[in-house]
Amino acid sequence: MRKLIVAASVALAMMAGVAHAQERNLRIAFDVPYEPFEYKDENGELTGFEVELAEAMCEEMNANCEFVIQAWDGMIPGLMARKFDLIMSSMSITPERAERVLFSDPYYNTPGGWFGPEDFDTDVTDMEAMEGKTVGVQRGTTMDTHVTEEMGGVVSIKRYTTADDMVLDLEGQRLDVVFVDYPVGEQTVLSKDGFKEVGEPVKLGEGVGVAMRKRDKELAEEVNAALATLKEDGTYDTIMKKYFEYDIKM
Amino acid sequence: MPDFIAELLNRNDIFTASTIMEYWGGMVTTVQLVFLSLILGLVLAVPLAIMRTSKNPLINGPVWFYTYIFRGTPLLIQLYIIYYGLAQIEGIQQTFWWDIFREAFYPALLAFTLNTAAYTTEIIRGAIVATPSGEIEAAKAYGMSWALRMRRIILPSAARRGVQAYSNEVIFMLHASAIASVVTLVDLTGAARNIYSRFYAPFDAFIFVALLYMALTFLLVFGFRKLENYLLQHQRPVSG
Repeated sequence: MRKLIVAASVALAMMAGVAHAQERNLRIAFDVPYEPFEYKDENGELTGFEVELAEAMCEEMNANCEFVIQAWDGMIPGLMARKFDLIMSSMSITPERAERVLFSDPYYNTPGGWFGPEDFDTDVTDMEAMEGKTVGVQRGTTMDTHVTEEMGGVVSIKRYTTADDMVLDLEGQRLDVVFVDYPVGEQTVLSKDGFKEVGEPVKLGEGVGVAMRKRDKELAEEVNAALATLKEDGTYDTIMKKYFEYDIKM
Repeated sequence: MPDFIAELLNRNDIFTASTIMEYWGGMVTTVQLVFLSLILGLVLAVPLAIMRTSKNPLINGPVWFYTYIFRGTPLLIQLYIIYYGLAQIEGIQQTFWWDIFREAFYPALLAFTLNTAAYTTEIIRGAIVATPSGEIEAAKAYGMSWALRMRRIILPSAARRGVQAYSNEVIFMLHASAIASVVTLVDLTGAARNIYSRFYAPFDAFIFVALLYMALTFLLVFGFRKLENYLLQHQRPVSG
């Protein structure tokens, strides 16, 4: 079976090579659902801001792209194991990650947002008032790092793998407040009755970039060139306006 | 701390004092969770197993149904239902139950206890059913009542036959407890996941935690060997 797959993929690659000598195959990984960046619409089709941006980028690079669904926990290991070549799944650029992967130039940056129930009236920047509160974050995000560093000993931090589980616990009153990527909070928490934004959005980090294997330096240059073109020729703005009412461009 | 260990710790980014403390906290949670659920599970399982061997279908039927449900569904699903399901019950947040079930520890403890009790019930039931009829007949001939027979003959005899199967269940329970991290509990696996997501070093974080689980398993295996030696003393050849 394995041999058959290898043979078939070699044959396919050769056929593709004949058809378009220049075209390359790229596999891009997304973690869904992460609305509005990447999610499945009612027909089960993969869509969202980053998916459309990836499609435009592939066209610009004249590449043949395949989209792969990968859970967040396995993102970087999957990239290393060559299960895919690019990650375009809202991965914020951090020094720790940059030791493992090669980042493109940032292509967007959204703030972290504080969301909680209607009756939540504590100032989230007031450490004394926040003492003993339970805060939900997504594990390994820049929001997690921020809360861990700034409020580590003050609040009790619960870490979740998916935003869905976290929102479920906010509804179930296990959490007092969540600190989550602003657009995600807007889509998940604010779409429910009885919840509101409870603090000023916080700008975090250096923005989000495409992650690649360290050795793929040429690919990174191509990606940067393609992104720069999209940002200049208005394609980026058109896609952004479909999903956001505010500016996330970087 | 000896100098060479301190030096070793200084030379890497991952095993700093704070991550070691995080692993330690995870170890404490895992041991508490597994130990408590095993004790509670065993306490539940002995009477349930006796009921399960009853010939009266009104007594053995419900117990059969309970073990069938809990052995027939994955522990992960049971944990999800108990953790998220309880929070969905209207008004539970206003009752005293919420003080207990708000924390992830107690829903996890409940799920693990009910799960291990179901398996242990069946292990003990099997051991009770396999009691040689001669032992029971002899006890009856002595005029022992049902309760005395159970206490002096059947249960001790069943304990000897069940202990090996039960030691497997205990080890399975330790490993199954790794799923507690999906409901935000920072057990050993939860600590490893947090550390992994901070440093993106899956091998270091997970291999270290695997070694810790192996060390715990070794302790369990050692303890059960001692227990088996004690229970099965009479089967050893007389030495010297």
